[in-house]
Amino acid sequence: MAKRVFRLFRGQGNTGQLVDYELECDEGMVVLDAVHRIQAEQAPDLACRWNCKAGKCGSCSAEINGKPRLMCMTRLSDYPPDRPITITPMKAFPLIKDLVTDVSWNYEVNRRLPEFKPRPPDFPDGSWRMYQYEVERAQEFRKCIECFLCQDVCHVLRTHRKHDEFIGPAFLTRAAAYETHPLDTNDRATYLKEQGGIGYCNITKCCTEVCPESIAITDNAIIPLKERVVDRHYDPLRAIVRLLKG
Amino acid sequence: MIEVQRHEHDVIVIGAGGAGLRAAIEASLQGCRVALICKSLLGKAHTVMAEGGAAAALGNVFPEDNWKVHFRDTMRGGKMHNNWRMAMIHAQEAPDRIRELEAWGALFDRTADGRINQRPFGGHTYSRLAHVGDRTGLEMIRVLQDKAVHCGVDVFMECTVIKLAVVDGKVCGALGYWRESGRFVLFRAHAVVLATGGIGKAWAITSNSWEYTGDGHALAYDAGAELIDMEFVQFHPTGMVWPPSVRGILVTEGVRGEGGVLLNNQGRRFMFDYMPEMYRGDFAETEEEADAWVTGDRKKNRRPPELLTRDVVSKAIVAEVKAGRGSPHGGVFLDIASKRDPEYIKKKLPSMYHQFKELAGVDITKEPMEVGPTVHYVMGGVKVDPETQAATVPGLFAAGEVAGGMHGANRLGGNSLSDLLVFGRRAGLGAAEYAKRQGRLPEIPQNLVNETVEWALAPFERSGGENPYQVQEDLRRTMQENCGIVRDQAGLEQALADLAKLKERAMRTGITGSREYNPGWHTCLDLHSQLTVAEMVVRSCMERKESRGAHTRFDYPDSDPNWERKEVVVRRDGDRMEVKVVPQPEIPEELMTIIKEGA
Ligand SMILES: Cc1cc2nc3c(=O)[nH]c(=O)nc-3n(C[C@H](O)[C@H](O)[C@H](O)COP(=O)(O)OP(=O)(O)OC[C@H]3O[C@@H](n4cnc5c(N)ncnc54)[C@H](O)[C@@H]3O)c2cc1C
Ligand code: SF4
Ligand code: SF4
Ligand code: FES
Repeated sequence: MAKRVFRLFRGQGNTGQLVDYELECDEGMVVLDAVHRIQAEQAPDLACRWNCKAGKCGSCSAEINGKPRLMCMTRLSDYPPDRPITITPMKAFPLIKDLVTDVSWNYEVNRRLPEFKPRPPDFPDGSWRMYQYEVERAQEFRKCIECFLCQDVCHVLRTHRKHDEFIGPAFLTRAAAYETHPLDTNDRATYLKEQGGIGYCNITKCCTEVCPESIAITDNAIIPLKERVVDRHYDPLRAIVRLLKG
Repeated sequence: MIEVQRHEHDVIVIGAGGAGLRAAIEASLQGCRVALICKSLLGKAHTVMAEGGAAAALGNVFPEDNWKVHFRDTMRGGKMHNNWRMAMIHAQEAPDRIRELEAWGALFDRTADGRINQRPFGGHTYSRLAHVGDRTGLEMIRVLQDKAVHCGVDVFMECTVIKLAVVDGKVCGALGYWRESGRFVLFRAHAVVLATGGIGKAWAITSNSWEYTGDGHALAYDAGAELIDMEFVQFHPTGMVWPPSVRGILVTEGVRGEGGVLLNNQGRRFMFDYMPEMYRGDFAETEEEADAWVTGDRKKNRRPPELLTRDVVSKAIVAEVKAGRGSPHGGVFLDIASKRDPEYIKKKLPSMYHQFKELAGVDITKEPMEVGPTVHYVMGGVKVDPETQAATVPGLFAAGEVAGGMHGANRLGGNSLSDLLVFGRRAGLGAAEYAKRQGRLPEIPQNLVNETVEWALAPFERSGGENPYQVQEDLRRTMQENCGIVRDQAGLEQALADLAKLKERAMRTGITGSREYNPGWHTCLDLHSQLTVAEMVVRSCMERKESRGAHTRFDYPDSDPNWERKEVVVRRDGDRMEVKVVPQPEIPEELMTIIKEGA
């Protein structure tokens, strides 16, 4: 393969600019390989995160030509060879340096989410019986690798910066994982409405589009949660209207 | 003077994979103030990548399974080199640890009658691996992560420990730096648990990430602890081989567990030709029988030879490639497309399907994969007491991949995830009990801190020095070439000579830029661990003049009875690496009977 140009964001705190790096590329390379090669050959202090290099850990999130993606799962061959590939950090979180952002807010949100509380065991040996069809729904949400790409794309966080009032699609997905857990008895409806800000979501589905795990975040997680919240905090007037309409 | 942030705890745990998390939870449940420190973000440790499952004799699929059979499989897979007591504890306690994980929220795949399902894996007599599709590690780490956070463990992420503090012969703290700011931080504690994982990043072809620089092994060594079995490095038989940028990325053994077969370029299922004496009679002898086992009766038929232990399969692949029967890119073929229908494959192996599709442009439901051996796991590690996981230096404990002994000369797939839970818990317990017996926290002398900080900052004074990435690459190349699957004296001597030169170069590495999130600088510091660990491996390989399990020598191709139940121990003696051979504790009679049963 020939040379390609990579346009990387370099900077810290409030300052930074796009810098071009020209690089010899090989067959099959992904964007993360290119970043590593730039690190090894041209910019040893270039900051990026990665671990598994196989789409399993959710460390290498960034924006490639403006789209939130995992760098390790994005092949160079998907982009025209004669145009630069632009790599920038996620926008929804404060910048630390280069491609690395401060995602600690997500960990805070996760800690506040009402935790898993199982029903008492079904058997004296402390075990439960659950069937595959029962666990499958929750398993979809448990595929989440915490890449935070959905958080990055969601306009409530990205544009409106409602980090204090909205937990974002990733943690609505996590809440759905608990709520659909066959053993869970905890109640998150009030939390989701009052602290979770689920009402902010206006179902644009942008989060679903970027999820590398193909979780149907909006349809399978958020909408059913919204329904649950509405059922719980139901509004008597609306209920009467509904009743009259039959 | 350099500013150093300070923290005090009863127990600190270095590493937030399965072992570290489980240790932190246990110490916290015992009432200790616990710090959990990790190099990456929480939840990104290697444990998250584990695919196949966790081995535990739950007996849900085969009621005849029990700890004795699991123990026997582990000992035979480890070529009888395992610490028998650890193998026994592991087999006995793994089922409880798995059930406990379920109580904390894990959702394993189910059997038809609603119990935890179990899948077959190499070297396990019965279907034994509790799993969630091929993302078992993700399930495990999330559950443990949430449990730890809700237990009140203090988490310090993206913080790298570079030195253990030893005062009056006891480990009583650790010095690290924040990756984000480059500032230093000192943790004081009564007990330190190492749970830093493995060392695979010292080889060119590996399934391991940047974190696997063997820091825990090196920290223990520097603190004067003994390490054992460092010659036993596991090559997983199936890593990706093409395209070059994904070389080494793991293809789970689950593919073979679900019926995938290994073929050479003549279409032969060559594993039938590599049956070791020890396992003769345990495995299918014809393709018909093997296929019947996969799709039909697992009780009447024997397992396919693709499920032989990893050391055997890796060596078979190397032999096939050497004989000119390999695939176009120097591996062999792994085919599941002709054995299972597309829907089944996508359901049971979704991330493998995804991985090949995205990274190699291969549809595994239609075409075979190309695979070859990749450095995966280190059996060797810190020598520990089987009950408490205490290392040979007081105050220090170790669990998970960084600890040695449990897996002997070769680890069985699935035995690591269960090991993390069983011994993570025991390490947490051991450390908590030890911590409670201590008085006041010892003061850590300032010069100890200053010396380390000075050493760590030196690369900034050497701008224009050696490129750390280049040194790392050269290290990985020499280890791959000279300390690979098959070793010999000349190669090992070459490796040792190369390491000496690399050490000098590592002392000259320089770095530009600031201390903030500077991976070049981090690599300079990682090199110290990597070079220490590489030397331990090479010296241990030289010492063991025989072949056993994962350690194979051209010049000593057979197992030598004189080497049976003897372990190579490495320890720091001033600036010298001391290597000695000591006998292992004898296996009690009644356990020998268990091992021999059905053999
Ligand atoms: C791709 C892949 C698939 C696997 N599949 C399976 C499987 O199916 N079944 C199975 O049983 N095993 C499997 N294994 C092996 C198993 O996953 C690992 O052996 C196991 O997860 C190691 O766990 P651990 O807790 O010891 O360490 P890890 O999970 O690796 O965690 C190490 C921790 O230590 C931290 N750390 C390291 N150095 C420092 C330092 N200097 N300062 C601070 N923190 C530090 C890291 O940040 C990390 O948090 C697989 C391994 C890989 C790579
Ligand atoms: S669907 Fe809701 S959560 Fe998802 S991106 Fe749109 S607004 Fe955000
Ligand atoms: S839901 Fe999907 S996009 Fe969001 S964090 Fe999880 S894996 Fe990433
Ligand atoms: S490095 Fe793990 S998802 Fe990209």
